[in-house]
Amino acid sequence: MAVIRDVMPAFELFQPANTHDALVLLDRYGRDAWVLAGGLDSFDWLKDRIKRPRVVVDLGGIQELAGIKSAAGGLEIGAMTTLTEVVRHEVVNEKYSILLKAAEAAASPQIRNQGTIGGNVSQDTRCWYYRGGWDCYRAGGNICYADTPTAINREHAIFGADRCVAVSPSDTAPALIALDARMVIQSVGGERVLDAEDYFIGPGTDITRMNVLKPGELLTAIRLPATWAGSQFYFEKVADRKVWDFPIMNVASALVAPGGSIERVRLAVNGVAARPLRLKTVEDALRGKKCGEETAEMAGQLAIQGAEPLAHNAFKIPLMRNLVKRAIRETGMLALARAGAA
Amino acid sequence: MSEYRLIGKNYTTPDLVAKVTGKAKYAEDYRADGMLFCKLLLSPMPHARVRRIDTSRALAMAGVKAVLTAEDFPPVKVDQTGLKPEQALTNEPVYHGEPILAVAAVDEVTAADAIERIVLDLEPLPFVVDPLASLRPNGANARLEGNVYVNREIKTLKWTEQDFADAKLGKLPMGKAADEWGFGDIDAGFKQADLILDETFVVPSTGHQPLEPRSAMAYWQNGKLYLHGSTQSVVRTVASVAGWVGVDPSQVVIISEYTGGAFGSKISGTHSMAIPALLSKKTGQPVMMRLSREEEHYIGRARAGMQARARVGFRKDGRVTAMDFYVVMDNGPYSPQGDAQSAGRVASLAYQPMAMRFRTVAVLTNTPPRTSQRSPGGMQANAILEPILSQAARKLGIDQVAMRRLNAPAGKALYGPLVDGKQHYVTSSFVKQALDRGEKLFNWQERKQRSGKRRGSKVTGVGVAVSPYVGGSIGFDGLLTIRPDGKLHIQSGVGNLGTHSVIDVTRVAAEVLGMPWDKCEVVWGNTANHLPWTCISAGSQTTHAMTRANYAAAMDAKRKLQEIAAKDLGGNPGDYDIGNQRVFRKGNTSRGLSFAQAARRAIKLGGLYDGHELPKDINAFTKTSATALAGLGLMGVAKDNYPRDGDTYSYVIGFAEVEVDVETGAYTLLDYLAVADVGTVLHPRSLGGQLLGGSMLGMGHAISQKWVYDQQYGVPLAKRFHHNKPPTILDFPVKAGWDALNIPDPETPVGARGVGEPPVGAGFGAVLTALADAVGDEVFRRAPVTADVILASLEAGHRMHDPLTAHL
Repeated sequence: MAVIRDVMPAFELFQPANTHDALVLLDRYGRDAWVLAGGLDSFDWLKDRIKRPRVVVDLGGIQELAGIKSAAGGLEIGAMTTLTEVVRHEVVNEKYSILLKAAEAAASPQIRNQGTIGGNVSQDTRCWYYRGGWDCYRAGGNICYADTPTAINREHAIFGADRCVAVSPSDTAPALIALDARMVIQSVGGERVLDAEDYFIGPGTDITRMNVLKPGELLTAIRLPATWAGSQFYFEKVADRKVWDFPIMNVASALVAPGGSIERVRLAVNGVAARPLRLKTVEDALRGKKCGEETAEMAGQLAIQGAEPLAHNAFKIPLMRNLVKRAIRETGMLALARAGAA
Repeated sequence: MSEYRLIGKNYTTPDLVAKVTGKAKYAEDYRADGMLFCKLLLSPMPHARVRRIDTSRALAMAGVKAVLTAEDFPPVKVDQTGLKPEQALTNEPVYHGEPILAVAAVDEVTAADAIERIVLDLEPLPFVVDPLASLRPNGANARLEGNVYVNREIKTLKWTEQDFADAKLGKLPMGKAADEWGFGDIDAGFKQADLILDETFVVPSTGHQPLEPRSAMAYWQNGKLYLHGSTQSVVRTVASVAGWVGVDPSQVVIISEYTGGAFGSKISGTHSMAIPALLSKKTGQPVMMRLSREEEHYIGRARAGMQARARVGFRKDGRVTAMDFYVVMDNGPYSPQGDAQSAGRVASLAYQPMAMRFRTVAVLTNTPPRTSQRSPGGMQANAILEPILSQAARKLGIDQVAMRRLNAPAGKALYGPLVDGKQHYVTSSFVKQALDRGEKLFNWQERKQRSGKRRGSKVTGVGVAVSPYVGGSIGFDGLLTIRPDGKLHIQSGVGNLGTHSVIDVTRVAAEVLGMPWDKCEVVWGNTANHLPWTCISAGSQTTHAMTRANYAAAMDAKRKLQEIAAKDLGGNPGDYDIGNQRVFRKGNTSRGLSFAQAARRAIKLGGLYDGHELPKDINAFTKTSATALAGLGLMGVAKDNYPRDGDTYSYVIGFAEVEVDVETGAYTLLDYLAVADVGTVLHPRSLGGQLLGGSMLGMGHAISQKWVYDQQYGVPLAKRFHHNKPPTILDFPVKAGWDALNIPDPETPVGARGVGEPPVGAGFGAVLTALADAVGDEVFRRAPVTADVILASLEAGHRMHDPLTAHL
């Protein structure tokens, strides 16, 4: 069969009006169904005729999946809420500005108007071998083309490689981990709620998926607890272009340090592994430390322990060290400023 | 300048409202009754031979109308290069993504589904995607016939292991060259030098990536081909399409009122135009070919990348005493490209070395076809050499601008190889004045003070680059008519590729004839509308060539107005002048004729006056068009026969300031200024657009744009915009400005030269030199300079990137 790309083939399209109907459809069609949110990731797959679902379930008409509301002292963000809505939301701005920054760092204004937060966290990797239709491990084959002697892997993993070296491309994911968000997953069988960090999986768990969603399951909402509201935040993304680009790496941290001593902190980095990494060891080491350059330096050094570069991505190690250092340095400075003001 | 009414003034071009309101029709906006759509089957291998194609299952599908293969094309012979010229479909694909066949069907989904049912049996052939790999002793040849061009003929050239000894050190190996020229005593030049730098630099191959892909729609009527296409040059697309399709040029009508960018990739149309044309012939129905971004990446042409090395000698005061410049050019798989030679010429002009040797080898690779991309070769020369000049200035303690000024061309500057023992020279150059202007406007000295100093993790740097490029040709025709209603109709055969030149050049005719602009009708975009023989819109020729042609046609009309007045009102033609849409007796404005009256008289007089008799020296194409317009009014028609002493070059000086974050390697372009030495300013707003737009194209090469190949498989990885990363509007400098000297070129009637090319190297060079100023000379020797390159090198204290490999 000759190959042609960039022309979308025909498929059966369902446009359910509520979550229940969507779940019934997903249950009925199982592996044959494709969930369509904003379409930014999906249409690439579909147009390239690499993923060939028989049925596409478009969530665009389900109003209950979109929008942001107060819940349990925090916020509940519908999975179909666009990134633009997240960016413009007043409470997100006031209490969870790290998510605003992360959402605003994603893609371009046009894409953020269409792209959803559920889609941003659930999107597939952008490994150019895998996306190019190469029959790699992740695609069901038995080789990782991104980890051969001639492979070009500047954008690939320095942690957690397990046959596959692809990375998660999400900008919002590390921010959600830093905020200790909860992911609400529904299926016809009911609902389960996971910590954000547990939503994402590496190739060791399942090499064909980037998250826990099984056929029939749907991410319906993301809950932001009150725990980290208004703490000191830092988000930064490094990319080749100022807009419309996936991260080479990004970092997100939330820190509480009354009096300048770190009481609690959460730290996540993406673009370094198949899943956004929560840096638990660094968090543990930081607890009780004084905010400042030295502590930040220690965090940076600790963050890169165990990193293993590929041929073209050794720069990711100093980059990660510096980004983590900056995240802790900057949030620490904010904390000190707040302590000073108090 | 001030006496001009139209030249040098801003105005709204007649195509603009349609463009900004979305009403402009591009090739793919057209529909015709019974129109089919086609899709392409692209080669999955970088080099192969088609053994067998089974289309039976595709053709059996409902809605599938025809399959077109290379066999359906007019036969082509091996030409003087030793290869058959490229055709739109092939049985020997020479790059991954080369079209092998096309399917016409009732819609695109059907055509694409049909392609998936085609069985393609390919015999894999040797391939290579890196020029240096092909030059290695056992390297593969991209073509069965050879791997390099020597005097534009394909040959096989392999270097020795010895030649490659330097490669381990990151220095470009310099084995036997295919072509060499020079001037002056290079050894004496190096002896005179107080500082000698020897640097290797890699410039990427990059796709042209116009926003409008090369979509085209074709149909036939009474044996005549009507083709709606995307092209840079309307008139000059007729003959090429006729050749590709195999018909006489008189049987081809090109319709292209709007073109969504091209940058050199659609100079005389595109090879692929033949696909809908021949499919339409085969099916008897109109055929639309809408190209996807994937297809455009493959067949949309690309700039020739370069792996280059330059050894440059400097006197203590900064003067370049000697330049030994070696370029390995990635030629792609087809016809020989001129980029390397242009790079040599531009280097010799921009920096005026006292002695120079230029060597080059054009290596064929199994990567998409190359063609001129805005400042072909010139931009690469700027990228390779400006960082060396900057480094020398730093080492010698000389100001960067002063360094460029000292080496700048002036007046009728010499450049390029010796031809019959002598170098050519340019018509004029005012680069020193442009450097002075820019130095002031950019507050160079003030910015320089703060550059290189760390503030937190940030450090700024300033850079400057001198970018010359060819700025005009001569010898084309102008054609216009003054109609009995008093209006001036000006025929423009220029393509509307987004530069405004299609209209701007006609302002000269209106200027000469003193016509109010609202009484002028510009006819363009359709070769059925009787257009004159025109230059190709490439190599920044148009403004120069077609202001001359319009000037000539307008002067012809003026002479005819004077003659008619003398005939009717007595005296000699020289006794009459024109103004206020009248031809009148000098000193007695009431004694005369209105242009409308003169037009009616011209029709009555016939002969030369209304186009029934035509000048002998105009092109046959113009003759046909003028004949069709004969009798409609007073005709101005003439060939540009104005003298020119020298080769026309234009110059842009780029100034840039960047801010680098040394903890991440990421950086921001803070400010940019382009100062143009492009002769008389024809249309300030479009000049500004060209200066900043062209600069941006160059900056894209500095900051992000690239090609990526897996060398093992010969397959491109960066096929989509988010992979190959042309710059976005937010990558544009935070602030940017432009200025022009507005000094007329002395060798052309209006004094205007072209501007398309030179901003590109100015933008590229200025950003590269600003980056080097900020973070040091030891950080990069290849482009694009991405955050990873900067961070890794700063971390290591020396260059950490791969020094030589192409397409990373």
